[in-house]
Parts: sequence; C-alpha cells; structure tokens
Amino acid sequence: MILAVRNFKPEIRNFIGIKGFWVSAFVISVFFYIEGKGLLPKWMFSLPRKWQWPVKDYISDFMNWLTVDASFGLFTFKEMTRGIAELLEWPLSFATSLLSSGFLEGQGSQAVQILPSLSWLSVVTVVVAMGYYARNWKLAALVGGCFLYLAVFGQWDSAMITLASIVIAVPFGVAAGLLIGIAGYRWPAFERSISPLLDLMQTVPVFAYLVPILFLFGFGPVAAMIATVIYAMPPMIRISIMSLKGVPGEILDFGYMAGCTRRQLMWKVLVPSAMPGLMVGVNQVIMLSLNMVIIASMIGAGGLGYDVLSSLRRLDLGGGLEAGIAIVVLAIALDRLSQAFSQRGSPTYRERTGSFVQNHPWLTTVVAVTIGTFVLGMFVPSVQSYPESLEIGIGESLAEAVKWINITFFDVLESYKTVVLIYFMVPVKLVLLKMPWAWSIFLLSVVSWQLGGIRLVALTLCLSLFIVMTGMWEKAMITVYLCGVSVVIATLLGVPLGILAAENERLGRIVQVIIDTLQTLPSFVYLIPVVMLFRVGDFSAMVAVVLYAIAPAVRYAVHGIKQIPPALIEAGITSGCTKRQLLWKIKLPLALPEILLGLNQTIMLALSMLVITALVGTRDLGQEVYIALTKADTGRGIVAGLAIAFIAIIADRMIAAGSAKARKCLGLG
Amino acid sequence: MASSVKLACKGVWKIFGHNAESFLKTHNNAPGSEDLKSAGLIGGVRDANIEIYTGEIFVIMGLSGSGKSTLVRCLSRLIEPTGGEIILEGQDLLKASDKEMIEIRRHKMGMVFQNFALLPHLTVLGNVAFPLEVQGVPLKKREAQARNVIELVGLKGRENNFPRELSGGQQQRVGIARSLAVEPELWFLDEPFSALDPLIRREMQDEFIRLQNVLNKTIVFITHDFDEAIRLADRIAIMKDGKIIQIGTPAELVMNPATEYVAEFTRHIPRAKVLTAGLVKEAFDENAQTAGNIQFNEVIADIADKVEQSSKPFAVVDTEGKSIGLISRKRVLDVLVGREVTA
Repeated sequence: MILAVRNFKPEIRNFIGIKGFWVSAFVISVFFYIEGKGLLPKWMFSLPRKWQWPVKDYISDFMNWLTVDASFGLFTFKEMTRGIAELLEWPLSFATSLLSSGFLEGQGSQAVQILPSLSWLSVVTVVVAMGYYARNWKLAALVGGCFLYLAVFGQWDSAMITLASIVIAVPFGVAAGLLIGIAGYRWPAFERSISPLLDLMQTVPVFAYLVPILFLFGFGPVAAMIATVIYAMPPMIRISIMSLKGVPGEILDFGYMAGCTRRQLMWKVLVPSAMPGLMVGVNQVIMLSLNMVIIASMIGAGGLGYDVLSSLRRLDLGGGLEAGIAIVVLAIALDRLSQAFSQRGSPTYRERTGSFVQNHPWLTTVVAVTIGTFVLGMFVPSVQSYPESLEIGIGESLAEAVKWINITFFDVLESYKTVVLIYFMVPVKLVLLKMPWAWSIFLLSVVSWQLGGIRLVALTLCLSLFIVMTGMWEKAMITVYLCGVSVVIATLLGVPLGILAAENERLGRIVQVIIDTLQTLPSFVYLIPVVMLFRVGDFSAMVAVVLYAIAPAVRYAVHGIKQIPPALIEAGITSGCTKRQLLWKIKLPLALPEILLGLNQTIMLALSMLVITALVGTRDLGQEVYIALTKADTGRGIVAGLAIAFIAIIADRMIAAGSAKARKCLGLG
Repeated sequence: MASSVKLACKGVWKIFGHNAESFLKTHNNAPGSEDLKSAGLIGGVRDANIEIYTGEIFVIMGLSGSGKSTLVRCLSRLIEPTGGEIILEGQDLLKASDKEMIEIRRHKMGMVFQNFALLPHLTVLGNVAFPLEVQGVPLKKREAQARNVIELVGLKGRENNFPRELSGGQQQRVGIARSLAVEPELWFLDEPFSALDPLIRREMQDEFIRLQNVLNKTIVFITHDFDEAIRLADRIAIMKDGKIIQIGTPAELVMNPATEYVAEFTRHIPRAKVLTAGLVKEAFDENAQTAGNIQFNEVIADIADKVEQSSKPFAVVDTEGKSIGLISRKRVLDVLVGREVTA
C-alpha cells in the first residue's frame, strides 16, 4: 500500500495543477448553458446542410454504381452477388424443408409435398440425445423440455424456420471465421490489417449494413442469413486467432519434429489442440445468430423473429411476448447445448463390446424414432405435428396480466419514470445539447490528452469532426446522452452488485444465473416488457439498455475482486484493516482496471442496444439508421452507423487508456 | 566410447533482436557481451561448439535462461540459428531445404518435451502413431509399430486412454514412446523429467537408463538438475548466459571444474559415486603389500567396503591388468569427506 501511495503522488500533484483549468472550464460551460443558444451563431450547434461533407451521397452513388454499372466483363457485380445468394439458397431451403415445410414439388400454392419434414417427436429425440451425449441427463432434460415448450405453446412452426436458418448460418459463420482466423494466425500482417475492420464490424450497428445487403442479395431468407453470418463472424475470427496463438509452443515444436508439412501442422496439430477455445467461438456464433433473428426478419427472415417484429408493429404485446419467450427458450437450449459441447473436453475411453446397436444406443434410438414417426405420421397426424387442440396460447393471458399491472401500479411506475426523467435524464440531455460542438470537442480533447497523449487526441479529433462534418452532431449528442445515462445507471447498479456477489458465495451463484440468462436473451426481447410497462420514449429505451448492458458491469466487477491475489488480502487483514478499509483501500483499487474494462463492455453493449431502441421512439443516431433502413437509403444508414461506431471507438480508446493508466498507478505493470 | 561423430555444431550463434544476422557479420562472428548489450540484442546461444558421438548420452546442463533449450532447438532447427554450422552425419542441416528438413525429422530425429506436448484429442495409441501417420504409413502397420513401443515403455493396456486420464509419469512415457515410434537415430530430450515429482523422476531416470541399454541411441539430454546430469550422462556440457563453459565426463567436471561456477555445482555431489579408482589413485609403490586388485574404472562407492575392511592398500590396475596405482583406506576417506585428492 505504501508503494501505491508513493505512486499516486505525482498523479495528485498533476491533478491539482490542472484543477484551475477545470474550474474555469466549468464556469464557461455554465455560461454556454445559460446564454449559448442566444449569443452564438446557429452553426455552432448544428452544421447547415450546404457546409456538410456529403459522405452519404458518395456512399449512395457508389452503391448505385455497384448494383447498376459494376461489371467483371462476363457478368455484373449484381449478378455475382445474386448468384452467391442462389448458391446459398440450396442448403437453406434443404434445412427449411427438413425441419419445417417438408420437401415440396412444384411452385407456390400448387406445390405438392413429396416428403414430410421431420416429425416433432424425432426433433425432440435428436436434441435430447445430443444433450445426453454432450453432458448428462440433466442437460438432456433441459433441452428436451425447451423444445417441448415450443411444441406445447404453439411456437413449433416458427421456431423450426428460425432453427433451420441458424443450422445453416452457424456452420458458414464458423467455417469462414476459422479460415480468416487461420490466415490471421499465419500472416501477422494480415491480422494487423483486419483488426481495425473487425473493430468496426463489431461497433457499426447491424441495421447500417442491412440496406447494402438488401441491394446486393435481394429480400428474403438468404439475404437475412448473409446478414446474420456477417454479424456473427467477427468474434469467431478473433477467438480463432487467439486460440491458435494459445496452443503451447511445445506442441508446435512437436508438430515440426514429427515432420509435419504446413498443412498437417495446421489441421492435425494446431486446430485440434485449439479445439476447446474454438468451441467457445462456435457458442458465440450461435448466440449472435439468435440475437440477429429479429433484426434479420426485417429483410425477409421468417420464423420467430418475424412473429415478434409483426406483433410489435401491431402493438400486439401479448403475441410479441409469446414469440419473444420462444426465442429465449430456443436460445437457452442452444446455448447450454453448445456450451456443453465446448466444455466436454477430450473424450474418455470406453470399452467397446457387443453389437453396433449396443454401442450406439442413441444413434439407434434417433434413427428408429425418425423412421417410426415418419411411417406412423402418415396415418396419425398428431405424430407428425403436435396437435393444435393441445396447444396452449399464453399471449392473451400475458396481455391481461400486463394490463392488470399497468392499471394497478400505474401511479407508482409513472412516478418513478417522471422522477428519473425530470431530475436526471432531461438535465443531462439539455447540457449536452446546449454546448456548442467546438467547445465539447475541445473538452473531449483535453481529457484524451490527459489520458493517452497526443495520438489519442488526434484520433478523437478526427472521429468527432467526422460526426460534425456529416451533420450528425445533434443526433450524436442524443445518442451520447442516452448511452451515458444508461451506462451510469448500469454501472451504479452493476458494480456494487458485482462486489456483493464476489463477497458472498450464495448471492454470487444467484447473480451468476441471472446474468447468464440476461446474456442469453436476444436484445429485442428486452423491449417487449419494457414497452408494456413504460410505453414508448426515452425512459423505456433507457431501461431496456440498462437491462441489456448491465451484465458486463457485474461480471467484470466479480472477476476484478476475485482475481486479487489472496496474499494481498491476507496482508491487509494482518495489518489490521477493518472490513470497510479492506474493501476501499485494497480490493477496489486493485479491481479498478477490471471494472474499467467492464465499463468499456457496458458502453459497447449499450450502443448496440440503442439502435434497437430506435423502434420505441428515440430521436438519436439509432433512429437515423432505422429510418434509412425503412427508406432503403444506403448512404444515410451507413454514415449514421459509422457515427455510432466512432462514438464507440472514442469511448473504447479513452477507457483503455484510462485503464492502462490506472494499472500503472497501481504498479500492476 | 571412442566412435564417430554423429552430430556436431560449429560456432553456432543465436542472437535475438533486430538485424541479428548483419550484426553477427559486422562483428566477425565473435561479438562480445558489451557489443550485444550496446546493440540491444540478446545472445541466446553464443559460439557453441559441440561434437556428439554415436551412442553416447550427451547432457546439456544449465540453469533457466542459460540458453540450453535454445541450443537444443538450434540443433533440431526448430529455431533458426543466426550463424554457424550444424552437421548431422556430414550434412549441414542449416543448408537443408524445408522439404529435406521434414524428411530428416521424420526419419532421423525424435524429441521428448518438458510438458509432454501430447495431443489432447488423440488416444495414447493415436499419439504414439502420430509421427507415422504424418509420414503416410498405413493404419494397420503404424498401429502395430506403435503398440510395440507402447509395450516397450510399459504402458500396455492403456492404448485407448486419452492423455488427460494418465498421471504425469505415464504421460511422459507416452511422450517417450511417441518420440521412439519412428526409430530415430538422434534422440532429443528437453528436460523430460522436470515436470514430475521427485520420486517419479527417479523412477523415470532408471527407466530411461534401461531403455538406452536396449536401444543405444545417440542422445542429447537437457536438464537443469546437476544430479540428474551426473546420473545419466556420458558427457556433460555446462552452459551459462548462452555460453558453454565446460564439456567433460561427470568425473572430469568433479575433479577439474573449469570455473568457480562449475565448482559450485560439483561441490555438493557425492563424489564417491562419480570418481573412479583410476582418478584418485595414489602413486604406485613397488614395495607396498597389496590386499588385491581393483579395476581403474570402478567407482569409489562400490569398492569402499572392500578397502575399508583391509589394512593393506589395493592395487589399481588398467585394462591389461597392469598396476598403475594404489588405493588405501585413507584415500577412500579423502574422497568421502571431500579432501583434495588430485594425484
């Protein structure tokens, strides 16, 4: 601790030195807040159209050129993309036929079914078998229960359409991600060049690239699948590179010494050794694909996502909730299943005696049930598809329940909402909007300089000036305000919760389960109950964002506290620290870098959620992207998307610099 | 032991850092510590010259950071040396193409690793057969061959287990079996027993000696444990800061340590187990009455009982039976309590 104090000293001196600056900055800000709008010219707040840099027109023109004029000689660019779409149509329609529609002959309403799809009983058997194979009976029961839920509550058909697209999108995403990851592993220069691209792909909201995909691949399930793959692939690339790099050097040496060729080394040594890590990537791809389900339905994916979206548009909240819960159930089943596969580790040895049937009881059962239900299904329809008379609809009763809550607790809910809006959200919004952009950017630069030096200043200047020049400043400030408010609340709730969870074993386990579940939910699903309770508006958006973004705040706080070496805590106890001193003087400072990383993640999640909350009527960049999507305006959508990405990048780099600085102050290297 | 040189390295350098090669050239292949320091480079291996004879156990011993692992990786060309020559049976490995190198590794070299480096997704059988698999040996043949080596290392019955189901000692037996599967002539062992518990380590060393008696390979063995080096080695090279300080048989190192650093290691070695009668003999005296003869290459610990019980000294004889010196009770005591014994 003495060491830490000594290290803090120059920081403190530095702080006092710049204190004068911040006092005057505060005074100037107050002045702008009161008088700014009246005294300063209007362009100081939003750039008039004629001064703007028409990036969106450039992009739209380029897109036009690409779809209309671009040609490779033999075929045009558009023909190529449509060709790719047709190629992808094959596996997708096969999976859809297998799981949902059955194999059809002929077109449209004249289509005749030549083979039915897999019966619901056989699909349930398959997932139960996979659950048992991957872990144990408990998992098998959970997964089977989830799928039974889908059948019993009348979501089977939509769920199978969704499942079909996931079953095809995930292998594509995994394979492409792995190959790009391998290239990145083999050629470090390639890794360096794709790294910023991956940053951008993970921060640009999905909506922004839905429009170009729409142009290039048309409207329909295939375009939706391509969007899903693009969205779900970046983490797979990152994880592939990371796990390949994580293979112990000795194993690599062994590969060389065994006389492997380059190809053998990659596919027989490196990839199998990196498998546990790669499986985590597969899990990520599955979860992100599910996250895309609703968004993808905007460009033609059917299934559960479409059900949610159309219910939301009709304001049929009961129906939306029903389909939303079905997505969650499907997500939980797939998440647990893929996690079990990734944690399965290497197989263990089992004595193999007896016949094929005895050795492969599950394979035999699955095949038997599939054939059995296929034959039986021709005579007894309820074997083929779950009987409608036994389905339970919960949409109505859910809507009733919400109505009851709204009527009974209207005053309470409304007063909470009003208090938070008037005393917290609106003031923040006004402050941000009343500052002239030049002043805000100046203050931002000063902070960047404090945290990371001249290079960080250059980055923030470039990116924030882009936002000003493209005329997005005001909308960007609303985004910053919504994001900022939500992040503050998420942090204020999440970090203490995380600290408590780290201190208390039992609470920790409960929090863990809640956080895991929250992270499994597709972002859209948060909207439904929030809109039910609070109607549309900034407050609803904020609540949804907080719910979605709180998980990393909690998780990193838990991890930050838990990773403190026990010796340091023992040293504190033996020095006679009280519990409170232990927390404030040892645990919190040492957990600070981790907590800051969690803050970073919280901001990223908040920004990605903000775009989705545009559906409930915010006025920020997310809305801009959403409008661009509905108007199929490529340039507008991409520019607004880039603006969001730039906000994310500025926040990310500043927090990373801050975290590094904190680590240095704490002597953590 | 006198036999042909199997593997030789001449003036081998490995320098880590930017432009290491041109740095080495501008310094006439002999940069000093100061040169390296001022250029901001790190000398992993500095001017290593070794000759390893066919069928011997050559131990490279050094503490962590001494460059022993780097040196053995240079010998197998897992690390590209910055300069020098590495000659295996007359062929300079550093001039071999990638393709030739793959062939050499497939047929002539085997390597055992400190942390076993077993492939987690393959069974014991799959791991041991792996080097044959990459050569394209058909399944039946490679499995038969693998089963043979598995039996040789005493793992029969565990063929279908996966590495994580085995204890550390058993895992290293798999590592050893795997490195022997291709019947290499040159066997590299990189701290093979360092990750094991002391008792298991002892057991594995005995196992290793037993194997070598059967196989008679040319062995390069890396260790940081001087006791282990003494126990196993025909000859030892001691490394420090990338340099080889001394090469010699265990007895030579104990008798004539080249530097204080080497002496520091040898000081705690039970000398009676290392020194031979020929090395510590007293001058021969024609008139002395002797109690009997002792071969010059017998270790003191083995003859101590005999000499102790007799009041007369024993004659030390060479291979032809000619007396070359004497050993008395006092001499044995000198060795045991660590007095100066150089004749």
